[in-house]
Amino acid sequence: MIKMQKQGPNRARISGGVAEALHHDSAVKHVTGGALYVDDIATPPGTLEVYIAMSARAHARVIRLNVDAVRAAPGVICVLTAADIPGGNDISPTPTEDDPLLADGLVQYVGQALFAVVAVTVQQARAAAKLARVDYEELPAIITVNQALAARSYLEAPYVMQRGDVEAAIAAAPRRLSGRMEIGGQEHFYLEGQAALAVPGEDDDMGIYCSSQHPSEIQHTVAHVLGVARHAVTVEVRRMGGGFGGKESQGNLPAAVAALAARIARRPVKCVYDRDDDFLLTGKRHDFRVDYNVGFDDHGMILGLDVMHAVRCGMSFDLSQPIADRAMLHADNCYYLPAARITSYRLKTHTQSNTAFRGFGGPQGMVAMERIIDEVAATLALDPLEVRRRNFYAHRDRPDEARAVTPFHMRVEDCIIDDIVAELSETAEYQRRRADIRAWNSSSAIIKRGIALTPVRFGISFTKTFLNQAGALIHIYSDGSIHLNHGGTEMGQGLNTKIAQVVAEAFQVDYARVKITATTTGKVPNTSATAASSGADLNGMAARNAAETIKGRLASFVAEREGVSANDVQFWPGCVAVGGRVFTFDEVIKDAHMARVSLSATGFYATPKVQWDREAARGRPFYYFAYGAAVSEVAIDTLTGENRILRTDILHDVGRSLNPAIDKGQIEGGFVQGAGWLTMEELVWDEKGRLLTHAPSTYKIPACSDRPGILNLALYDRGVNSEDTIYRSKAVGEPPLMLGISVFAALADAVASVADYQLLPQLDVPATPERILMAVMRIQTG
Amino acid sequence: MRDNISFLLNGRVEHVADVCPTTTLLQWLRRVKRLTGTKEGCAEGDCGACTVVVGRVKGEAIAFEAINACIAFLPMFDGTTVTTVEGVAQADGKLHPCQQSLVDNHASQCGFCTPGFTMSLYALYRNEATAPAVSAIEEALAGNLCRCTGYGPIVQAAQSMFGGRPQAADAERRQVEVDYLAAAKHGETLCITGEDRRMLVPRSEDELAALYLSRPDATIVAGATDVGLWVTKQDRLLNTSIYIGRVEELARVTRSQTDLGVVIRMGAGVTHSDAARALSGRPAALHELWRRFAGEQVRNIGTVGGNIANGSPIGDLSPALIALGAQVLLRRGDERRTVTLENFFIGYGKQDLRAGEFLTGIEIMLPADSADFSCHKVSKRMLDDISAVCGAFNIHIQESRVAQVRIGFGGMAAVPKRAFAVEAALLGQPWTRATVDAALVAFEDDFSPISDARASASYRMQVAKNLLVRTFVERTRTATPTQVTDCAASMSE
Ligand SMILES: Cc1cc2nc3c(=O)[nH]c(=O)nc-3n(C[C@H](O)[C@H](O)[C@H](O)COP(=O)(O)OP(=O)(O)OC[C@H]3O[C@@H](n4cnc5c(N)ncnc54)[C@H](O)[C@@H]3O)c2cc1C
Ligand code: FES
Ligand code: FES
Repeated sequence: MIKMQKQGPNRARISGGVAEALHHDSAVKHVTGGALYVDDIATPPGTLEVYIAMSARAHARVIRLNVDAVRAAPGVICVLTAADIPGGNDISPTPTEDDPLLADGLVQYVGQALFAVVAVTVQQARAAAKLARVDYEELPAIITVNQALAARSYLEAPYVMQRGDVEAAIAAAPRRLSGRMEIGGQEHFYLEGQAALAVPGEDDDMGIYCSSQHPSEIQHTVAHVLGVARHAVTVEVRRMGGGFGGKESQGNLPAAVAALAARIARRPVKCVYDRDDDFLLTGKRHDFRVDYNVGFDDHGMILGLDVMHAVRCGMSFDLSQPIADRAMLHADNCYYLPAARITSYRLKTHTQSNTAFRGFGGPQGMVAMERIIDEVAATLALDPLEVRRRNFYAHRDRPDEARAVTPFHMRVEDCIIDDIVAELSETAEYQRRRADIRAWNSSSAIIKRGIALTPVRFGISFTKTFLNQAGALIHIYSDGSIHLNHGGTEMGQGLNTKIAQVVAEAFQVDYARVKITATTTGKVPNTSATAASSGADLNGMAARNAAETIKGRLASFVAEREGVSANDVQFWPGCVAVGGRVFTFDEVIKDAHMARVSLSATGFYATPKVQWDREAARGRPFYYFAYGAAVSEVAIDTLTGENRILRTDILHDVGRSLNPAIDKGQIEGGFVQGAGWLTMEELVWDEKGRLLTHAPSTYKIPACSDRPGILNLALYDRGVNSEDTIYRSKAVGEPPLMLGISVFAALADAVASVADYQLLPQLDVPATPERILMAVMRIQTG
Repeated sequence: MRDNISFLLNGRVEHVADVCPTTTLLQWLRRVKRLTGTKEGCAEGDCGACTVVVGRVKGEAIAFEAINACIAFLPMFDGTTVTTVEGVAQADGKLHPCQQSLVDNHASQCGFCTPGFTMSLYALYRNEATAPAVSAIEEALAGNLCRCTGYGPIVQAAQSMFGGRPQAADAERRQVEVDYLAAAKHGETLCITGEDRRMLVPRSEDELAALYLSRPDATIVAGATDVGLWVTKQDRLLNTSIYIGRVEELARVTRSQTDLGVVIRMGAGVTHSDAARALSGRPAALHELWRRFAGEQVRNIGTVGGNIANGSPIGDLSPALIALGAQVLLRRGDERRTVTLENFFIGYGKQDLRAGEFLTGIEIMLPADSADFSCHKVSKRMLDDISAVCGAFNIHIQESRVAQVRIGFGGMAAVPKRAFAVEAALLGQPWTRATVDAALVAFEDDFSPISDARASASYRMQVAKNLLVRTFVERTRTATPTQVTDCAASMSE
């Protein structure tokens, strides 16, 4: 026992608690090459490698698949086809059973896994795969959104959300406009491609090391494919080299192929995608066509909105249903719509099965809404920012029942977008700069500048309510060191750092005492994907609950020993105080262990309040909303369409930040990724369904010089979550991506200057130099 | 002939024999040495995750430069020094300033790109005395992709790492490397054989000429920034190859004053970085073009000769060199000949090269007035992207008339091509907007471009015409901003 002041033995605060701007827990390993990714793990001798051979046709029956020559090729150990699968030939992430592991007689996109070659090296496997003879009988293929719409090629019946009498509202509106916007997809381009290593054990056991946002689903998929119980499969994820949603379901294929190969070859097997193969095999952000019809008044107040989403899902469901739903749930963005109908068509095409990507449909819904606002403003010759502000949902502190209900009948109770936009437009000097830019444009013949401020309101929670749960496991060893595990995965977003801060804060010990360990299904079972921005919200709470359980036990133990009530025991920095006495944390742990107190606990958390009736399209799918806004200024070259982001100002609400440095990193990175999607990242398929942009040489993600010339980024300092989230923080993973919409709107503003702002040019996503030049030429010629 | 290679890897000498000569440096580092810090993000030179720093003797000088390990073949590193991300920190684990700066600035998230950025920063740190301008940092990092951070913190790290110099450990390390390079400078011809493949590494132009004449089926490898991809992406075997990177004569740039003007002779093996340095910014337009040519890692090893010899219709140097009236210098055995560049390209994938014949270099005459010459590269992304269209204009105005004109275009035909019809429409005419407008239709006589994933045919045609307009505006109304890169953001007051 030590005698001391109320402040604890050495200092007033623990180091590395909540709200500290700690660097990423792996930062030193990142810069020294010490951070291990799947392909870096030292494999046991005899480990084999596998190459997945792909369909060359978009839609065809496979008449004959002859792999005899492949089997005979140098280095080849075995060749896997659908017939070799002992369990189910299905890796769908939802119970749709429409994603075969290996095609069985029918191929539905160019790039679909057809067979797999297991060899000593992947180079040998790849060379051998070329020797296969595949005879196809081609079937008619549907590639584009418009082809699918025309053919009524639906994965499921169209889904509608509606509030109010839309037809009547639009018909009665003093003004109306309608339009169409094509929105392209986006390749994740996580720097680390898909990767999995399968190590067979005794009995049916299979250990999987992989790069996945969803270890539990990998476990379920591998068990299903091998036809074994889930308890036989253990999946471990230390870290991913980026995920962005692209490793939510897309990791199933490499893991299942590696596991199948390992089972058959009775050796460890590694499956690592080559970059070009990764492009061809995996799904991307959904591309959309959005048709809209809006009624409004002379002040730009929206009276009624009828929107159609045509969603290219690809050859199977994958996660398309919740993604298309979320697009609808964000079709309003920050705006109250007195009457609204959103109709969504989930189109089946013979292309990669599109999948989760940061924002999960939200960005597509939102960018169309922002476009609509810009068109309304242009029609009325109003400043689009003014039209935006007029239509915002009622402010949190100024409740206006009438203007707080979404098209899905949820009340928006935490809206602070007014405050954020008011502050940002001031600090960024939006009005003055807008005027300056307009004046400058009138004297600049070739280069035109544009500016726009766009807001973001993003709903936080999985819309499939049951997914909003998480678990954690904490052990305290008898030396007082803490071992932390939780169900979330680390993909660069700093989740592990944040959760360790939460646990350090809970126990009032230094962050350095908390060791974060690889996510494994053996420690925390039945987890949800680390997705929907919910990683810190869910796992932070679960970890804190685990910590509280142990703290409760420690408090009871100390209280009983000292003869006081457990309520009188306090955790101070590095120590435990009871009555007038203070014990170091280590002492308490050691004593508790000797007294046979359990120092290990699980924690669990389920998000309260959320409920969603999908049938009726009503309910509260989101626990709360995250808000933010950005102003971007751009320049375009009216001779070539080339463009730059000159300056961006961002104000974003993360509630009370768990780690401001990590949160700012998410915001900056998300913004640039969103701007990339909307400007230069273009996926091109030919009419045969072949993806032509399957490498970084043809698919361009933003490079260093594409970031804004000036970036002023601030966290909204009055931010605090109205709901009781972990330390009142807010989720930050996805929302900032949509700040990139400001760039797109600014580009349109720059183009509009060419015709003196008389009309807003049609501009689709991505606004490539080519699209911008064509828009300029269209409005030049009237 | 020597049949094994050696080089200095992170300060220790490595000897390698019996290796397949088309093994990439990356494969060897990761698989054989188990140095897994260097990552593979694309295996095609485009992402920079595999960046390492290589020290090489260049004439009298020694250079330490970032290159991509994923598309370079192991024998190319004989007699060099190679530093990987594992070799950057001090032996006692103390981080190098470039590493510490990345950590301090929160410049890594998922961390997969970080070893590559670390190495690009390490090269920058070694080659610059103080923090360079942001634009120079952007150029140095254009070949490194990061999908997580949005780059701001990385640029910040690059700027702030220069505080606290000099480092004693750095100087020590450099001395070891310099000593090694000096000792390895003179060597014999190599013949590396493994897995039925063979790579020859001659040490003089005469030796190269003789070797290639006797093995005309061999593939010449210069920087391997094209050839490397044939192996990593197309699984081509390259049974016999000849690496020309150690032929000193091919790596020279010479400048001579003639009656007609300054003639520059660039060896085929000169890298883009060295060529740009040797010309020291003149003509400015060519320098600008190099800024936007690939990324630093590719410019540091890719060669001028390779860019021409590959015959690519979207190669960037050819249109510029066509406009500069370049002559291609060829050699076959002891025979030498010269071809005008635009005639060197016969058709798609077909160049005027006979069996056993290779490029020794090119010759250009610098324009008397640097302002006569301009280049415009147009691509989806500003840095490190392949051109949709690249146009180069060499137009001399005398007494308000077009006195001389040569125009070259890439991306507009199956080969880099001279715009004869446009030139004809301009030559002798008054240098006015009316002349320019009248000449625009001539583009349709010169070119019928194709549509592909980078651009549509109509965009290419429109942009090609607009580039002539831009050239005119730039030369006649010099105050008008004509490039988005000229344009600064409106500032807060
Ligand atoms: C990421 C990336 C970005 C790129 N960006 C650009 C760009 O922006 N613009 C652009 O134009 N190119 C670009 N390239 C293409 C390439 O880098 C250049 O064309 C480069 O100059 C090729 O030179 P090399 O020395 O690497 O050629 P290599 O790959 O070694 O050889 C290319 C071809 O030329 C032949 N060859 C080489 N030297 C000779 C010689 N002396 N005599 C006869 N034949 C010879 C080879 O046999 C081979 O056929 C890029 C490539 C990559 C990987
Ligand atoms: S791995 Fe991408 S550049 Fe080498
Ligand atoms: S930190 Fe993830 S790609 Fe750069």
